[in-house]
Formats: sequence, C-alpha cells, structure tokens
Amino acid sequence: MFLIECPYCGEREQSEFKAGGEAHIIRPKQPTELSDDQWAEYLFMRKNIKGMQFERWVHTHGCRKWFNVVRDTSNDIIKAVYKMGEKPPTK
Amino acid sequence: MTKNLRVKTSKFVDETYKISFKFNGTTYYGYKGDTLASALLANNIHLVGRSFKYHRPRGIMTAGSEEPNAIVQLHKNSPRTEPNVRATEVEIYEGLEASSQNCWPSVNFDIGGINNILSPLLPAGFYYKTFMWPASFWEKYEYFIRKSAGLGKSPTMPDPDIYEHKYIHCDVLVIGAGISGIMAAKTAAQNGFKTLLVDEKPYLGGSTIYQNSEHFKINNQISSSWLEKEISEIKKFENLEIKTRTSVAAFHGYNFLLARENLTDHIPLEQRNNKTRQRLLKIRAKKVITATGSLERPLVFDNNDRPGILLSSAVEKYANLFGVACGEKNVLFTNNDSAYETAISLHQKGINIEAIIDNREEIDSKLIKETEKNNIKIYKGYTIVNTYGYKRINKVSIMQISKDGQKVVGSKISITCDCLGISGGWTPAVHLFTQSGGKLKFRDEDQVFIPNIYSSDQISVGSCNGDFTLDEILSNIPNILRNFLKVKKTDYENLEVYSSFNKSKRNIWLLPSDKVIGKTKPFVDYQNDATAKDIKLALREGFRSIEHVKRYTTTGMGTDQGKLGNMHALGIISETAGSKMGELGTTTFRPPYTPLTFGTIVGRNVGEYFDIFRKTPIHSWHVKNKAEFENVGQWKRAWYYPKNGETMHEAVQRESKAARDSAGILDASTLGKIDIQGTDASEFLNRVYTNAWSKLAIGKCRYGLMLNEDGMVYDDGVTTRLGENHYIMTTTTGGAATVLGKLEDYLQTEWPELDVYLTSVTDHYATVSVCGPNSKKIVSQVIPDLDFSDENFPHMSFKNTKIDKIKCRVMRISFTGEHSYEINVQANYGKSVWEKCMEAGKDFNITPYGTETMHLLRAEKGFIIVGQDTDATMTPIDLQMDWIVSKKKYDFIGKRSLYRSDTIREDRKQLVGLLTENPDEVLEEGAQIVADFKKTPVEMLGHVTSSYYSPNLKKSIALGVVRGGKNMIGQKLIIPMENKQINVTVADPVFLDKENKRLNA
Repeated sequence: MFLIECPYCGEREQSEFKAGGEAHIIRPKQPTELSDDQWAEYLFMRKNIKGMQFERWVHTHGCRKWFNVVRDTSNDIIKAVYKMGEKPPTK
Repeated sequence: MTKNLRVKTSKFVDETYKISFKFNGTTYYGYKGDTLASALLANNIHLVGRSFKYHRPRGIMTAGSEEPNAIVQLHKNSPRTEPNVRATEVEIYEGLEASSQNCWPSVNFDIGGINNILSPLLPAGFYYKTFMWPASFWEKYEYFIRKSAGLGKSPTMPDPDIYEHKYIHCDVLVIGAGISGIMAAKTAAQNGFKTLLVDEKPYLGGSTIYQNSEHFKINNQISSSWLEKEISEIKKFENLEIKTRTSVAAFHGYNFLLARENLTDHIPLEQRNNKTRQRLLKIRAKKVITATGSLERPLVFDNNDRPGILLSSAVEKYANLFGVACGEKNVLFTNNDSAYETAISLHQKGINIEAIIDNREEIDSKLIKETEKNNIKIYKGYTIVNTYGYKRINKVSIMQISKDGQKVVGSKISITCDCLGISGGWTPAVHLFTQSGGKLKFRDEDQVFIPNIYSSDQISVGSCNGDFTLDEILSNIPNILRNFLKVKKTDYENLEVYSSFNKSKRNIWLLPSDKVIGKTKPFVDYQNDATAKDIKLALREGFRSIEHVKRYTTTGMGTDQGKLGNMHALGIISETAGSKMGELGTTTFRPPYTPLTFGTIVGRNVGEYFDIFRKTPIHSWHVKNKAEFENVGQWKRAWYYPKNGETMHEAVQRESKAARDSAGILDASTLGKIDIQGTDASEFLNRVYTNAWSKLAIGKCRYGLMLNEDGMVYDDGVTTRLGENHYIMTTTTGGAATVLGKLEDYLQTEWPELDVYLTSVTDHYATVSVCGPNSKKIVSQVIPDLDFSDENFPHMSFKNTKIDKIKCRVMRISFTGEHSYEINVQANYGKSVWEKCMEAGKDFNITPYGTETMHLLRAEKGFIIVGQDTDATMTPIDLQMDWIVSKKKYDFIGKRSLYRSDTIREDRKQLVGLLTENPDEVLEEGAQIVADFKKTPVEMLGHVTSSYYSPNLKKSIALGVVRGGKNMIGQKLIIPMENKQINVTVADPVFLDKENKRLNA
C-alpha cells in the first residue's frame, strides 16, 4: 500500500484515495465538431506505460480534491504530486 | 516401542515441567519448551505423515517454518481444529492433540501407499494428461481425485477465537532476532530510533543462541554467551519493542508489512477463552532491516525422503536446543563444513555418529580435524546412492563420486543407521526481500541468490544477505548499520571473532547414482512429491520457463512454498537445459511467507461486522412491523411486509393493489440527495443532465437522466429547484456516492470556472413517500396548513412547509404513476412523520410497501431502474427515452457519443415491453429472448430485465431489451426455458395509464 502526499492534506495511506486514470486528457471544448475518430481518441484511448506515468488521483476519504501524480508503474514509486491546473514537472 | 531419546538437560527445555499430549490417539510426554516435533523425536517417533501424491511415509525433516513433511491436524473434530500445521512450530501444551494427515486408515497403514508402487504411472502432469479426455468426464474424475488428495480438513464449526488487527508505526523494523537482528536492533535503539524487533520463534537469538562450541568465539567468549549478554541489554531499551512468536507474512512496497503475532497458540485450550488468539500487525516502518537468516539445503539423491532423514542443522538444533537425539546411529551427509558443526555438537552430547559422508575429496579445516580427532569415520569424495527402510531409514549405501561429479565409481559400501542428517549448504531467506520488490543477483562461487537492488529504505544483514559465517557477519555488520542508520559508531567495531568454519563447498544439484534416473526417486519438493525426474521430464516435453516448470511439476507449490527445494529445481533445470543459473531467474515469492489463518486476515470483521450496513431513520419501525429486508448498496431496505404468513408474492400483490386502490407508503430515505448551490448551478445541471434546466422555475421539480461520456445511461432522479441558485438532486440509492464523485470530478477538473458547491445530504433527510388516490387526503391531514389544491401544488412541484414545528420539504413527484407526495424532514424526525402518516392513513387502508412493490408499480408504468433495465450499454435512445435528450443544448456529458456510428445503429438492443401469451405466465428475469429456433446457432436477441405479475392489470408484464425491438411492436418472440418455450409479444413498455390520468386523480 503506497503512501500518497495529498497536496492539501499531506501524506496519507493509499486506501484513502482512488485512482482516476491517465492525467492531462482534456475534454474537448467543442465535441460536436469532432469526427468519430477524434472523439474516440479522447474517449477510449489511454496509454499503458511501464515507467513514469502521469495519473489522476482523488482524496476520496479526505478532502475529496483531485490532483495529479507522477508514478513509476514498475515499482509504484511516486516521483511528484501536483495540483489540478498546475504544469506537470518536466524532470 | 517408545524410547526416551532425551540426552541432556537443555536450558531451553524445562524438565521439571512435564506435559502430556496426544499424537494419533496415543498419549506421550514432553517438557515445557518442546515443540511437537522435538517431543515426538524424544519419543523416537519420526513417521508423522504421508506424502501428497505417492503416500510415501514421511518424517520430521527440519526444525523450523520451512518444514515440508511434518504437517499435522490439531484438535480434530473440535471448533479449534487447524489443518496443515507444522509440527516443528507447534509449542506443546497440556492437552494438545495432533494427528497425521493425508493417510487413511492410519499413518502406519495407508491405502494410498499403492500410489508409490504405481508411481511409474504417475509422472509430472499425470493428471493434466490423463483426465483431459473426454472433456465432459472431468467432473467425475475430479470427485475421486479430490477425495484421495487433499491435505488436512478445514474446520466446519464456527471459530470460537478472537482475532484482531493492529497498526504499528516505527522508525526501524528489524525482522529476525538472530545474532544479526539483535545487533541491528540494539544499534537502532541506542541511537534513539523507535524500533520494533520481531521473530517467529518464542525465544531470541536465532541459531547462535544454542551454539555451544569452542570453535565459535566472540571477544573470547563462546558465541552464545556473548549473544545472551547482548539480549539482556536490548531488553532494557524503552524505545525498543520486542515481539516473539511473530512472523512477518508480507513485505509490501513503501515499507508496509503484515505480521502475525501468535498470542494463545501455545497455551492449553481451556485457558484461551476470551483472549485474542492472533493479531495481524500492519506495520509502517520508515526503515526495515531484514535479518531473516538462511535455510539449509537438502541434498538430492535416490530415496532422500525417508523418515529419519533430516537436515543436518535440524539434527544439531534438536540436540542443542531441546536436548533430543534424532537417532542412536547417526550418519551425516554433506557438501560443506556445516555438518561438522553438527557432528561436534552431537559428540559433545554423547550421541553416537556412525560416519560422515562428504562429497568433497580434498578437505581440510579445523572443524574436520576436530571431528577426526573424535574418531568419527569420514568418507571423503563419496555420495549416498540409495537409502533403505520403509517407515524409518535403516541403511544407506554409498559410492565414490567421479572427479567431474557426473557419475559414481568403485564399489558400494553399506552403513546402517537410524538417522541421516543432510546438508547441501545454505540458501539465504530472501523471500521477504523479493516480496518488497527487491532484485536478486546470483553469486556463482557458492551458488546462492543474494539481495542486490532494494526498492525501499531497507537493508538485509547476516546470512539472508549471503554472509554465512560468524566472522563474515560480525565484520560486515558495523559498516552496514553505520551507513544504513547514518550513525557514527556501533558497539561492534572491533570484535575479536574466532570461527573455524571453512567456506569450501562442492555443489552438485542432482547427485550421481548407479541407476538410471528413471529408476530413482530423488525428491526435490517433498511436500508435493516432485522429483528431479519430473523436472527433467518437463524439460524434455519442452517447458523452459521456470514459472512453467513449476506449475507443470507442482514444484514449490505446497504449503511450504518450496522453501527447501526451489534452488535444486532451478539448479537441475539450468544444468539440464545448459543455461546459467543467474540468467534463469527465480519463481516469484508471494506472501504469505508462512500460511495465515482466515481468522487473522478478517480480524474483528466477523458476524454483523463483516460488512457495514446503513439503516434509515425509520428502520426500527420496519423491523417492528416484520418487514423482510433487501440489501441495496450498503443499505438495508424494507423489501416487503408479509402479513399472516403471506409469501413474498402474496404480500407484493396485496401491497401493489392497495397503493393503486387507496394509499401506499414507502420509506425513500435511501435515495441519494445532493445539495447543489452556486451562481452556476443551473448551467452545471445543463451540462450533467441530458435535458434542459435553465428554464425550470423555482419550486418546480424535473426528472433528469445522466449519461457517461460514452453516452450510456449512468443515473437518474428528480431534481428540485429550491431557489435561484439552489437545487436538491436525488440519485439512485446505489449510485449516490459515485454520482457525487463524478460531479466533483467534472467540477474540479473540467469546469473549475463554474461557481458550484456540492454537498451530500443523503443522511440528513428522511423521506416518506405517500402514494395512491387517497394520498392527498392523508398528507393534508398531516400538514393541515398547506393548500393541496392542484393549482397551488401541482404535480412536479415542491413546497417548503412545517409539520407542527418541524420544517419539511414536500415534493409532489411520482415513481409509481399515482398521485403522490414525498415528505423530506430532518432525519431524526423521520420516524415520527412516518407514524403520523400511518395514523392519518388508517381510514384509507394506508399500506406500507417495500422495494419489490415499488419495482412492480413502476414497471406497470414502464419507468426504468438504472442498473436493472440498463447495464452500461444502453443509451437514452435505446431506452426509448428520446424525449429527455435535448436537441438544443450545445453540449452535455455524453452528447457527442449519442451519434457515434455504433450508437446510431438501428439494431441495438432496445427497451420494450413483453406480454406473455398466457397472462398468468410470469417470465424469469434474465431469461434469453429469441425469434427463431431453426437457424443454429440460435440467435440471442436480448433478455428479460424486469418481470412481474401485475395485480392491477391482472396479467403478467415484463420489460426486456431486444435487438431492434423498437420496430418490433406486436411481433411474436420466444423465451426458451429449460423445459418449455414461452411465447411473448413485443409491446409498448408503458402498460398502465398511458395518459398519466392517475397523477392527478
């Protein structure tokens, strides 16, 4: 069970959180103007990375805030945590 | 028949404290401090069980948790019975009863022993190969296989014991209290770390504590005396907690570990009542020091599994720790110096040693010289080629090994014996290290896997790190601890160590024999009866991956998880396949390290605490009025209220009729309620629901359908506009939490610019729903001050009002199609409002109804239940609810998906009504719907989602999803059942009151 540093509450156990899949997938502003393929790209296509993955987490049993996490999926080590709307770390 | 093989008083066993226990029905005696294994050995009993596949007699093999053979059932036929317990770990207590497993009728005469004679017919994969054809016969085979196989018997009575879970947070966790663990714990504690030291055994000090030889000295003291002083010192630290009888089961990432602490397993049964038996420790450690030691390897040769064959280190431990001789004529067989330690210990205790067989030819160490001085015969460069004796070893035959180690040469020599100690060197116990995600490396010089790359803040010390000799351990530890704990100094910087152990070893994974391998039984995995022959067969049949060989041969898949044999399996694979050991990798070590009881895993979460459930504020009334309950989400909801022995069907028919004829009352408190406020609340609802919300007037209610982004129906419910910027949304009972989560997600991540605040108020309100033609009369009695005229209070509107002094919100909304009101009050007034309605409804036969009647009533009206009539593949169009999808709105969640090429298909499954040819025939929910039987395979068009007998329509009604069903109204379809076919006609899903006249009745 990992420990996750909630940017609002501090370090807590994984069981307080829920994972929300890949981060930085922005909902298109004008979905009606997209082709089926473009919409499907947004709707269904997700990366499945071994290594550094940018993902969304929510502190369900805490502040209920969503935030982003950079996690190495090969060993679950969390490299960075940052708030929604913030730029992902470059390194 | 029984002899006393107790040789000398040991300080670890209290000979003044005699304990009687039963094994296979016979009473024996042991002493306090004995394990079941040591007490049996003291009574000269080696045979304790039969092997899994061949039913070969098996004896005690080890003195620890790695034991593969001596597994027993405790307290048979009692609620406290436990199968598959290692006799080497059971501490005896007065009244202990143990029995052998996997044998019938008895361990001495076992009918399954015939499998041993049949064994040429039972190679690896035998079951896979033989019982596959014909496939349909598997169920019949399985019955017999399960009967003849199996280990112990699981308990059938409720467990009388108490278990619990406990969280522990510490700076440093030290696993294992051998010499390395003691030194690590002391250093950590001295430097102010909050330290926890755990060990699976009841005593501290590991194997050094019973080391009583002049050949191993620290600072000129015998190593055990030196260690005893260290132990007495660590007990003084206030920041050091010591837990014995505590076995670490799992080492997860982020230094999260699970350990089982045994609290009462070693005391008599009658003293265990009302005490916690086992505790699951959930440990979060900032740093972990693993000092789990090492396991001695057996040697693989023909018939290496007979009772009386033990690990050499176990023979030593039984002598030194328990004062028990494992035999009167002992032979040792080794490829390294460890057996000589055993020899010297046995000699000191006056236990006879017939011979030592050493597969090394040129050997010369202080230990060996000392052994020779004691006139013990050593056969150098020899191997055992066979052993004899069915229920107890009585002879070994040995031959010389060729220089290349590939074959045996010369003539056979026979040596009689009643105990054989074998030593194949040592394997570091890296199980926990690898569980934590650590990566191993292979050390060629002595053929061991040792820790290489750590995945968290942890370190391995001592023999689990590949430091096997006392001088290696003591010279490496100070440096490791200084670096790991970041401290300047340890107490162990300049120890004087004297150790006679020579590290030379001749590693031969499968020892040569004078017979062809097909005629031998060199066991690798004792518990699962996997031999070297089986492994070679698997390779011949094309298996290459170690993980595949493991599963095909079942090597390492017993309750001991191959603690003894896995290395030999790897070695034999690599030799046979010609690959390098290090490149082959190992199989995955999975938790738990030793088996856990279910009790420990569930802890206090048993009985009514197994799963939490939620009760409405009106729950006690339902209980008092004999409601049957249904689980919905985590809620207990009243299902129906049987009267005078009614069946469920009868009760539901009565309730449904009453609700339509006069009045019904339902506890709707479980519906999810979300309070929505903010200047953008209307815009927010526009985006999350399919229909338009901006024009909803204050005081009005509207039904909404919520989709997922993929266009599929996700939830539904009525939302009421309480004020300009204030709404209350209701959700389905089961969907309340996820709907709130989804709304929060969109608000925080996609539309953070919206000024909207969401609050879950599900638990804050109780909801009493009164429906039926007389509902107005009833509710207006309860709330006399409110004007209930249709002009003032029409359908789909809401009023803020009071019942006496209690504020309430009354919505005139309907899920039954009847004229109805939902009264929402602060939760703690719920029951009193319910009772007021019951009182006011007396003259109108007001009838409480449960979820089943609610489902029936709404089905008559063709209202869907999300999750019953939908299954995450249904769009609103599929549900024939086009009317609720706004064409004008630019966007809402899921809108774009409604015209994807897949969702606009005409032949999607669509919701329709189904009427049976015979009006009394009620369909089964889930039943398949077909049109044509002639064409095979028969095409499945859909299935029945809801089905009831309607007492109001006096016929059976059903909802179902049918491919292209929208255009099939009036068409005949077939529901094939096990014994019959039911003819149905596709119908409109609204069966009753299409014009909605009843809403205003």
